[in-house]
Amino acid sequence: MDFQFTPEQAAFREEAARWIKENLPPGWEGQEGDPESPENIQVAREFRKRLAAKGWLALGWPKEYGGSTGRNADPMAQVVFDEVCASLDAPVLDDSSQPLGETLITYGTEQQKSVWLKGIAEGRWLWAQLYSEPGAGSDLASLQTTAVEEGDEFVINGSKTWNSAYIGADMGFLLARTSTDTPRHRGISLLLVDLKSPGIQVSKLPLMGGGHRGLVYLDNVRVPKANLVGERDRGWSIALALLDRERSSVAQAARCQRLLERLIALGKEVPGPDGRPVASNPVMRHRLAQAATEVEILRVLGYQVTWMQGQGYIATNEASICKVLGAEVLQKVALIGMQMIGLYQNLDAKERWAPLRGQVASLYWSAFTESVSGGTSEINRNIIATRGLGLPRG
Amino acid sequence: MEFNLSETQQLLLNSARSFLEQECPSTFVRAMEEDERGFTPELWERLAEMGWLGLAFPEAYGGAGQDFLSLTMLLERMGRFLLPGPFFSTVVLAGLPIAEHGTEPQKRQFLPPMADGELLMTLALTEPSARYDPGGIQLQASREGDQYLLNGAKLFVPNANVADHLVVAARTQEGTGSEGITLFIVPSNAHGVSQRLLWTVASDRQSEMTFHNVQAPRDGMLGEVHQGWPILERVLQQAAVAKCAEMVGQAEAMLGMTVSYASQRVQFGHPIGSFQAIQHHCANMAIDLEGARAITSLAAWRLAQGLHAEREVAYAKGWTSDAVRRIAALAHQCHGAIGFTREYDLQLYSRRAKANEVAFGDSDFHRERVALALGI
Repeated sequence: MDFQFTPEQAAFREEAARWIKENLPPGWEGQEGDPESPENIQVAREFRKRLAAKGWLALGWPKEYGGSTGRNADPMAQVVFDEVCASLDAPVLDDSSQPLGETLITYGTEQQKSVWLKGIAEGRWLWAQLYSEPGAGSDLASLQTTAVEEGDEFVINGSKTWNSAYIGADMGFLLARTSTDTPRHRGISLLLVDLKSPGIQVSKLPLMGGGHRGLVYLDNVRVPKANLVGERDRGWSIALALLDRERSSVAQAARCQRLLERLIALGKEVPGPDGRPVASNPVMRHRLAQAATEVEILRVLGYQVTWMQGQGYIATNEASICKVLGAEVLQKVALIGMQMIGLYQNLDAKERWAPLRGQVASLYWSAFTESVSGGTSEINRNIIATRGLGLPRG
Repeated sequence: MEFNLSETQQLLLNSARSFLEQECPSTFVRAMEEDERGFTPELWERLAEMGWLGLAFPEAYGGAGQDFLSLTMLLERMGRFLLPGPFFSTVVLAGLPIAEHGTEPQKRQFLPPMADGELLMTLALTEPSARYDPGGIQLQASREGDQYLLNGAKLFVPNANVADHLVVAARTQEGTGSEGITLFIVPSNAHGVSQRLLWTVASDRQSEMTFHNVQAPRDGMLGEVHQGWPILERVLQQAAVAKCAEMVGQAEAMLGMTVSYASQRVQFGHPIGSFQAIQHHCANMAIDLEGARAITSLAAWRLAQGLHAEREVAYAKGWTSDAVRRIAALAHQCHGAIGFTREYDLQLYSRRAKANEVAFGDSDFHRERVALALGI
């Protein structure tokens, strides 16, 4: 057991931090607030180009697919990098392109690898995950979008929601039903869809905490058969494996850590109910200490999951533990912020009295999504109970 | 970063599992609750044979030379099986500080017999004030020629009923600060030492002790005069993390019992473990347990590496104390009525876990230390 970074990982951490600081857009103040505003998206796209040129969109990938050799081939490299990005609040686009690339490395055909991996490593496309539907959320396997084979193509009909297609995504990875006479998990396929295809219409839903989620309607959309990932009717497990690889809780921990540090600084300035700085209030001190403890636990557990995946162990249970904890910790940090600023929490970002340009309130209201998106905490608890602990399925 | 166990650690865990399964069934744990000493000499001899008593002592003093991390792994297994007896007090509370801070003659005098199972020890630290800070140490040590005279009271002293020697924390200078605290190694049968077992809920063996003009020779001092606190701080860190390891083992057992009970117990025509309410209780237990395991390993690793660990120790004990109490409560809830009967084993675990929760600082104590470390 060794909790230290290897000398290579430590050197990469330093290099990444230095490079990111040097390449942040001038005047960058972080993306808390509305990371999905058109301005922020533009900044993020520019930044992604630089990352691609540096070879850092394909960390840990084999050389032949655009990855690097040497220390960056370490499976830990990606997480180390994500951690640095999150702690510096770099404008990275979290569009699942890296987990998708890793999935293609494992399940893709040689042709798919040659077509897609290089482009992903170059940051050519923004991706949208097209899994959920208006009628299929936690019960994702009940999805109704269909893909019917016609000649060399699949013809797709249906609708997908809660995605990021609206930010100008170029491509989607989509789950559709390809067979109806099989058990429902068995008749689902994973397809890569060009979002500029005829028959696609994208709209967006505004969220209460700012930002949006996309809605994608597919009306007789034609996709080449070559875009089927893995076997037909076998997309379910591939799609779930991709979810497991989604942003590690290490990055979530780093984000919470950064927010917590900001709150500690804020708490030393903002007066509490007795007029003294609110951070000196014993209750508040203990809240902050508890959150700091949980952030550290999240970080260690996150690295453990990454290590397990790198060793080829199945880490579904552990990833679910991280997902639940990660959501709770962020929500806890957000709540502490609100408790610190009291009446000011109600001020809109536009209001000049709003502390930290409204970021505390914005974080709180957007953090509700944490325990819902990418698998609700309830679904993750089901996974921990059945897959992790082996309890009988209901 | 690397989460694999070394081959030596894996062997240790395997032998611990099979040994404890064999030698420490719950019938034995229950029998020892009724036993005056709280363990048997036969068991102690076996622990010595296994090489566990000297596991973390240097080889030069009869030990196996393994590190603190390995010791916590063993303690986790011991917690899993509720091994009764003075292992913790002898090895963690007295053996480690002597190995780390003792003089050469002290190490030669105490460590080999401890490793051989011939010597039991403990640390007499807390007093009726029940504090773990320097201000809690008020037992007086006054200079009398070539020796000191100890006067005062200690409370919650673990396994003092069987200890041959005591490490006693005393004040050689009046005050409440960290200066002026001195550690003395004293035979437990020294004139003026009296000991009485406390009646405890966890059926562990804690004692009340009084010291009346107890003679402590100068060469029995552990560390320098007035300089005992830094040694105690280190012991307290090690003890807190070692307790966390025990608690992780206890929590693992409680979760295992709960999962197995919920898988078998049928109500409404289904095993209750198929109901989501029960599943989520169990998932919450698993989250708490894995969090405790992760943060305890981190703290143990840092201590073993000799790195600064104040913050990590406080994270570990602060989290684990709360987490294991929650796990115990949910284990009882999932078991329904059978879980709070004496004949069912769960209560053996939950009573001990509760005692461990407050030993070496509860979560409030450690959160305060985290807050200080955060600069707030």
